[in-house]
Amino acid sequence: MTTAKATATARRPWTKGRIATHVFLAVMTFIWLVPLVYAMLASLRDYQYTAQFGYLSFGGFTLDNYLTAWTDGDFARKFLNSAIITIPAVTLTLFFASMVAFVLARFNWKFNIVMLGAFTAGNLLPPQALLIPVFKMFQSVEVPFWFSESGTLLNSYWGLIFVNVGFQVGFCTFVLSNYMKALPKEIYESAMVDGASIWQQYWKLTLPLCRPSLAALATLEITWIYNEFFWATVLLQNGKMFPITSSLTNLAGAFFTDNNLVAAGAVMIALPTIIIYFALQKHFVSGLTLGATKG
Amino acid sequence: MTTQTKSTVTGKRQKPGMSTRDRVTVALMILVPTSVVAMLVWLPAIATIVLSFFDWDGFGPFTEAKFVGVKWYSDAATIYPAFWPAIQHNVIWLVVLFGIATPIGLLLAVLLDREASHTKFYQTALYLPVVLSMALIGFIWQLMFSRDQGLLNALLGTSIDWYGDPNINLYSALIATSWRHVGYVMLLYLAGLKGVDLALKEAARIDGATEVQTFFHVVFPVMFPINVVVLVITFIDSLRAFDLVWVINRGRNGLELLATEVTRNIVGEAQRIGFGSALATIMLVMSTVFIIIYLRIVMKEDR
Repeated sequence: MTTAKATATARRPWTKGRIATHVFLAVMTFIWLVPLVYAMLASLRDYQYTAQFGYLSFGGFTLDNYLTAWTDGDFARKFLNSAIITIPAVTLTLFFASMVAFVLARFNWKFNIVMLGAFTAGNLLPPQALLIPVFKMFQSVEVPFWFSESGTLLNSYWGLIFVNVGFQVGFCTFVLSNYMKALPKEIYESAMVDGASIWQQYWKLTLPLCRPSLAALATLEITWIYNEFFWATVLLQNGKMFPITSSLTNLAGAFFTDNNLVAAGAVMIALPTIIIYFALQKHFVSGLTLGATKG
Repeated sequence: MTTQTKSTVTGKRQKPGMSTRDRVTVALMILVPTSVVAMLVWLPAIATIVLSFFDWDGFGPFTEAKFVGVKWYSDAATIYPAFWPAIQHNVIWLVVLFGIATPIGLLLAVLLDREASHTKFYQTALYLPVVLSMALIGFIWQLMFSRDQGLLNALLGTSIDWYGDPNINLYSALIATSWRHVGYVMLLYLAGLKGVDLALKEAARIDGATEVQTFFHVVFPVMFPINVVVLVITFIDSLRAFDLVWVINRGRNGLELLATEVTRNIVGEAQRIGFGSALATIMLVMSTVFIIIYLRIVMKEDR
């Protein structure tokens, strides 16, 4: 069907309007790519060279910026921190959201709509508006040292992980409950005849059927939590614990900024999300539109 | 209904057959996630509102805090120098995203949808900034905007401090934000346009409507839910704009925003809990209006 459609449009004559459209789109695309391409080019150039000849010159290509940024910025540690935060946060978010969505979709209770509304709205609140109570709460909650080196939830990975979960669970619940509501109710009836418990229905029946939307949400959430900047910056005051997204500030020095070095850091930080985007574009796009349009 | 209630005294009405174990399972499945969201989202939201009416140093017990009424709000409006600039900047932020970036996103979506083929490359490129964090976007645009090393000054032969000059840095930040917002809006509208019934367009064409007329009188109104979603996302993103200006200069010197002022009052040099909470409450109230509109639209089918 797609091929038929493609040949149909290919046969469509190249009118002035169509040419103008393509020219406009090409120009916009070019403008949109300039900052990214420029960042890549700058990252590959020697600072001394560009300082002397300017950025419009040609030459001075090197890979040193990547090495320097990687070591000076402690990138290995920071990428690890990002993984320590992102992986449990995404897993817990999807686990929690799918449980709530399952119950809300499985049973017709009166409070369902209120619950769904409360969960969805939580995702839209400005995080800064909740900062002060969360900050004071984390500061005052004492936890064992094996749980967090700082002895409180402030400056701890688990504190940050739970904040991310609290914020993201609403969006995922909303998307998943729409998806689960579309599943036929009969599957549960036959499962109940077979004596399946609620947990078995959720774990063995509903979750496998939700694989496409779980994949889409996982793709989206990995990107979002990896990109999360605000909570990481304010809740982890120890620079060593920062995830990679919050670390570029350290590389951009207070007195002297080597933009080529910053560019190399930026490219490395962007790489995981760009790879995810290209590898899982379908999931990524469907996840976003699922939330906005109800599939 | 009454008979049903009578016959299932022991269980939930709809599921008379649920065992105790199942009931415990269901309760846990709801309660665990709900308590996380309540502890980290809803209770803090309420606490913010309460704190905004008290004078609390943040260290002693809260019972010793003094009730001060609307003092912090009147302080904000009268003596806090960054308040009105922050409001103004948030409004400009909204106006630019809503009036310029959103229409560009819509236009791109319409053109891409109409062409249908050979547009994969355009779509991918235009959407690429959406996968980057706003903090990273701030740094990527610094390479364009830097006074001494930036591409823009090199091309224009100027030496403008795009991120530093308080008269223009807000607009520089807005260009960087729009770079991402356009792609996001484009994606949402592309999905919306795919959902528009082709028969509608065909009917309008047969009635002799031009393409532009068809779009404004048929297609655009049909996309009402998407329009609302885009509108709400634009409003809320303008209100909670933070990361970009924080990496530029921590929201000072022409880049004050409500979100940065709230943050400054808790993680900055001095903790002003009551005052910061008053600013945060203003953000909460504004966002609530749009959240309600959003919920009414996206949950319509459920009601």
